[in-house]
Amino acid sequence: MSGHEFKDAYDVVVVGAGAAGLAAAAEIARAGLDTLLVDENAGPGGQIYRAITTTPVRKREILGDEFWNGAALVDEVRSSGASVTQTATVWSLDADLMLGISWGGRSRNVSARRVVVATGAMERPFPIPGWILPGVMTAGAVQTLLKSSGLLPAGRTVVAGTGPLLWLLSAQILRAGGAIDAILDTTPRGSLTRALPYASGFLLSPLFAKGLALRSEVMRKVRVVRHVTELVAAGGDKLETVTFATRQGAKATLPADALLLHQGVVPNTMLAMAAGVAHRWDERQLCWSPVLDQDGRSSIEGIFVAGDGAGIAGALAAELRGRLAGLAVVRDLRPGYESSETQSIRQKLQREERARPFLDVMFQPPREMRAPADDTIVCRCEEVTAGEVRKAARLGCAGPNQLKAFLRTGMGPCQGRLCGLTLTELLAEANGVAPGEVGHLRVRPPVKPISLSELAEMPVSEAATKAVVRG
Amino acid sequence: MFKRLPDCPATAVILTVDGRAIEAREGDSVAAALLAAGFAQTRQSAVSQSPRAPYCMMGVCFECMVTVDGVANRQGCMVPVREGMRIETLRGRREISA
Repeated sequence: MSGHEFKDAYDVVVVGAGAAGLAAAAEIARAGLDTLLVDENAGPGGQIYRAITTTPVRKREILGDEFWNGAALVDEVRSSGASVTQTATVWSLDADLMLGISWGGRSRNVSARRVVVATGAMERPFPIPGWILPGVMTAGAVQTLLKSSGLLPAGRTVVAGTGPLLWLLSAQILRAGGAIDAILDTTPRGSLTRALPYASGFLLSPLFAKGLALRSEVMRKVRVVRHVTELVAAGGDKLETVTFATRQGAKATLPADALLLHQGVVPNTMLAMAAGVAHRWDERQLCWSPVLDQDGRSSIEGIFVAGDGAGIAGALAAELRGRLAGLAVVRDLRPGYESSETQSIRQKLQREERARPFLDVMFQPPREMRAPADDTIVCRCEEVTAGEVRKAARLGCAGPNQLKAFLRTGMGPCQGRLCGLTLTELLAEANGVAPGEVGHLRVRPPVKPISLSELAEMPVSEAATKAVVRG
Repeated sequence: MFKRLPDCPATAVILTVDGRAIEAREGDSVAAALLAAGFAQTRQSAVSQSPRAPYCMMGVCFECMVTVDGVANRQGCMVPVREGMRIETLRGRREISA
C-alpha cells in the first residue's frame, strides 16, 4: 500500500481511505477504471478503522467488533486493483478536477475524470475556558492513541461532553485496564423528550441496544454527573483541575491530568469547500453539509462527496454512501454498466439514516458549549475570545470572512477548522440571523500548509511556463 | 500522562527531541511518541507563547506542530516516527532568517 509515482491523470481519484473512500475505491476499481485512492494517514482506515492493519492492541474486545469489521474493507480494496497511496496530502481540488497532492515533501498535480471526496468527520469544536491547556484533548484523540499506539491515559482522567462516542471511548479505556475519575455529561435536560418524536427509526436500529449496553457497562464503573451546564479547565503550564456546575446548582472542582472533550462530530468540509462545492447549514446537526443528490453528486460536475463528510451518519452509512458514489461514478464513465446491488444498498442506507435524527436531537450539544461566555477563547490559533467576536458584531461585522479583517480569526495554521462553526454561531446569535445566512469561512487552497519551495518545485508543463514567461 | 498497554509488542524506534534521545514504537506518530515519552507541552503558541500540546491527533488542530528533520511546522500527529528522526519543538513565533 505505498508508491508515490503518481500518473498525470486517472479515471478517478478518491480522497480519504476511511469507510467511504475504501468502499468507493473498491467499487470503482473493480469495474476496471483506473483508480487512485490517496490518504493522509500512515495506513488505511480513516478514524473509525484507524490503524486497522497495524494496531498493536491484541485483545479484540478492547476496541470491539465494530472496529475489526474494517479489515474486510481494506482487503476488498487490496484485491480491487486500485492504486493506494498513504501519507499523501491532497491540498487542492478545483472545479476542473485538478488535484494538488503532496507526498514525501514533493507536490504535483494530478487530474481525474471524476473525484470522490471522502474526507470524513472531525470533532465539533468544544470551546470552554482552558481548553487550550496541555492535558485537554478530544475524546477522538485518545481513541487514536489507543488504536495506533496502544496508549492509555495514565493519570486522573475526566471525560466530558455528550454523544455516543463519549461512551464508546470510556468503555474502551476501561476494557483496556484504564481508569476514569468522572464523566461530566452535558446532555441537556429534556433532550430525551425532544428526541422522542424521532424514536421510531432509532428503536428499530441495532444502535439502540448497543448504545444502552455501552452506557450501562460504563456507568457500573464510573461516577457520572448529569446535566452539566458549566465546564472550566484550569492550570498553569498544564491542566490541573476541572470545575463544573450542574443545572441543579451543584458545583465542584476535580483534580485532573487529562480532560477528554467530545460533543459530537461534524463533516470535514475543507477540501469540498475549497473546490467550491455548495454547502448548506444543517439545522439538526448544527454544521455545514454539502448539497448532494442521492448518489453523492455535488454542485460541481464530476465531484462526489461520500461518507460522514456528506453529513454525519456513522461508519456503516459511510461505507454504503461510498458504494453508491462509486457505482454512480462507474455509470458515468462506463455507460450501460449496472450493478444489481444498487437498490439493496440504497435500502440499507435508508435504514441506517433513519436512526440518525434521534441521535442528532438527543445529543445536540447545549448552546452554552457552542457559543460560550465572553472570556472563552474560540480561535485557538490567534487566541481570540467569544467576547471579541461579539464586540466585532456590535461594530457591524456581518460574517466570518469580514471577521478575519477585524480579529484574524480563522487565519492561523488550522485555517478555521477549530473555530469556523463557533464563529458562524456567535455571529448569527449576535446579529439575530440564521447561521445559514451568516455563511462560512471561505476556504482556499492549499487546505493544508505546504512550503513555498515545495510549491516552486512542482513540475509544470511547457504550456504553463510559456503562459507566464516573456520573450 | 500516557502509558503503553502491557501486551502490545512493537519494535522500538529511537528519535531525538531537542537533542534528547527518546524511545518510540513503530506505528507511533511523532505526536504520540512525544506524549508517550512524557512531554506535557510540545510547543508554545505564536501569539502569547502559551504552552500547547496535541489536541485532536487527526490533523485538524495544528497544536502538535514540530520541526521534523529540519522541516518546520509539520503536524506531528500525521508524521510516522522513523529511526534517527530529529524533532525540534517550536518556541513562540518563528523568526525570518536572512
